[in-house]
Amino acid sequence: MSATGSETTTDRPIEHPRVGLFVTCLADIYRPNVGLAAVALLEKVGCSVEVPQTQTCCGQPSYNNGDLAGAARTARNTIEAFEDFDYVVVPSGSCAGMLHDYPRLFESEPGWQQRARAMAGKTHELISFLTDVRGLDAVDASFARAVTYHDSCHGLRALGIKEQPRRLLASVGGLELRELNDSEICCGFGGTFCVKYPEISGRMVADKADAIAATGAKVVLGGDLGCLLNIAGRLGREGGGVSVYHVAEVLAGMADVPGLGDPPGSGGRSR
Amino acid sequence: MESLSHAFKERSVHALKDETLQVALNRAKDGFAVKRAKAVEGLPEFDALRDRAVAIKNHTLENLDHYLERYADAVERNGGKVHWASSAEDARRIVVEICRAAGAKMITKGKSMVGEEVGVNGALEGAGFEVVETDLGEYIIQLAHEPPSHIIVPAVHKTRGQIADLFHENHQKYGLTRKLSEVPEMVNEARQVLRSKYLEADVGITGANFLIAESGTSVIVTNEGNGDLTCSLPRVHIVTAGIEKVVPTAEDATTLLRLLARSATGQDLTTYTTFSTGPKRADDTDGPEEYHVVLVDSGRSTMLADQFREMLRCIRCGACMNHCPVYGAIGGHAYGWVYPGPMGSVLTPLSVGLKEAGNLPNACTLNGHCAEVCPVRIPLPDLLRTLRHREYQLKLGLKPLRWGLAAWVWFTSHPRIYRLGTRVQARMLATLAGRKGRFTRMPLAGGWFKGGRDLPAPQGETFMAVWTRRQKERGQ
Repeated sequence: MSATGSETTTDRPIEHPRVGLFVTCLADIYRPNVGLAAVALLEKVGCSVEVPQTQTCCGQPSYNNGDLAGAARTARNTIEAFEDFDYVVVPSGSCAGMLHDYPRLFESEPGWQQRARAMAGKTHELISFLTDVRGLDAVDASFARAVTYHDSCHGLRALGIKEQPRRLLASVGGLELRELNDSEICCGFGGTFCVKYPEISGRMVADKADAIAATGAKVVLGGDLGCLLNIAGRLGREGGGVSVYHVAEVLAGMADVPGLGDPPGSGGRSR
Repeated sequence: MESLSHAFKERSVHALKDETLQVALNRAKDGFAVKRAKAVEGLPEFDALRDRAVAIKNHTLENLDHYLERYADAVERNGGKVHWASSAEDARRIVVEICRAAGAKMITKGKSMVGEEVGVNGALEGAGFEVVETDLGEYIIQLAHEPPSHIIVPAVHKTRGQIADLFHENHQKYGLTRKLSEVPEMVNEARQVLRSKYLEADVGITGANFLIAESGTSVIVTNEGNGDLTCSLPRVHIVTAGIEKVVPTAEDATTLLRLLARSATGQDLTTYTTFSTGPKRADDTDGPEEYHVVLVDSGRSTMLADQFREMLRCIRCGACMNHCPVYGAIGGHAYGWVYPGPMGSVLTPLSVGLKEAGNLPNACTLNGHCAEVCPVRIPLPDLLRTLRHREYQLKLGLKPLRWGLAAWVWFTSHPRIYRLGTRVQARMLATLAGRKGRFTRMPLAGGWFKGGRDLPAPQGETFMAVWTRRQKERGQ
């Protein structure tokens, strides 16, 4: 649980909370299956899931490139779309972390800052929401493969997500988790960093791919699509037959589609 | 030191292609991180110590004028002299004047980052003095005529073979003609060369890890003992230090010392911790006759007054760069100035300007590893983001990026148009990728592919489209 996330999550848990799913722009465009998996998991833990149609992006591209006014504009849109829910759940540690940072964007607008703070207080990354808020410790899914797991930096360091996905993965039938050496080292995505400094970013993701290869696992899981697109892009270039999925797809039993960047209809290149 | 930070992009690409450098960087990789982790594990109160260190530093910075005056008074009371240098130029001039007045020929130096920052060596050599670095790493890069590439391991970018060549080339004049290959042999040879320099030197210059206000003491940490010999053998000892190095008491200094070596090298303490307090007293058997302290501001008081004050807590341990994956990939020289890695990416633009060093705060993935290990909890990613904000406000960044961001913000605040745009984009990309499922190139997205990676294609429909359809079906 995040430091700011205590308001609605202590004492009496809500039995059937209304959850607003912030699907994130990358999942929306690249990987709708992640959104569907998130809905399935949330419904399993008794949530009533709604998807506000006016949601767009979390504003991180502007925030991290110094355009704070632009980020605030995007943030207002998100706040208006989500502030009425019991919880806001995001299948990305990075975007959830951004929502937690919204109050910083409104230092000179107390009204908006109050609203941003209230929303940040009930915003959670998907997997940690399932475990820490809804008390889930096992899922009803099977995935008979050896997998490895990359800890995305923002989830890990801003939100303390490390053990939660592992706890749930341990309950997946047939799944063998092979820990990744340097799993806490950045993959080199970094939002616009990856296109501003492609050579450095490329070296970092090549190192990540080497570490993945060393595990011998043919599937990589993670909780952030930005990192996963980067890793899948590198693994695809290397052609080593390693598939990449968002951890929610596996936990929801919905990893029966091709991995990120695998040919459509292949059901994963690595069978 | 002159900045080459404007050429960061070219220098980083060059570094990635430099095979020898990559060998050196790979060898150094993990070493310090693993050692630090072990040291921290062995000290349960490490986090409490960090909190204490932050409190000490914050308190001192809030009352910096007071503690600097106390420190200066104590130094003068002990018979030393304090010189205030508001700029790098002042600092160089003051050091040269002291050496001239002392009638010096030979000057030995302990490792000092502020010395590198203000360019002491160049000024002294320009004025005709012989200057010898006595820290082994600094000695190596002095022979190579290079700046340090790391703040605690200045020659970390050099391989053993390169060092053997440098010694072979430079030590023949001392009659040491054998080409060496083993590390202990090389260390011994350097020691042999340096020993005579210590004895010959008229002036010894050291930096300071801490300045203790209550007693006027300067503290340095070394692993080679070179600092002791540099400050106690010559006739004149000059301490050069940034004004942020002052702490109120010896107790405070020891709190910070417990964090410093553990964060830096994973040692509980460095081999030597040297305290020097003024010149030789009447009944002392040895020590310098003159004791000078040059207190360098050079932009620090400006930092104190604005939103970068927290950076002045930095105790120069190097943990941030030891854990930075960007530093690990390119090494320190690519950054182009004295301080590399995360702390350097904050300090450099503040010292040489954002126009010159604008790349540095941007060349970071904001992964947060540096802040996680910083012993004085400097929020480095936040400071880097603040610099990006300043750059954006000054309109110094890339124009196409500004336009792109403005367009994206407009899209994200017009949800209906955004919905339509994303649907078209997802469908179009999936169709174009066809049965391959990914792109190996794409117009206008060259940056992505330059990183040696493909781009996975979208599944085809956006989530919002799938969801809307599903809701309709559920409703029926």
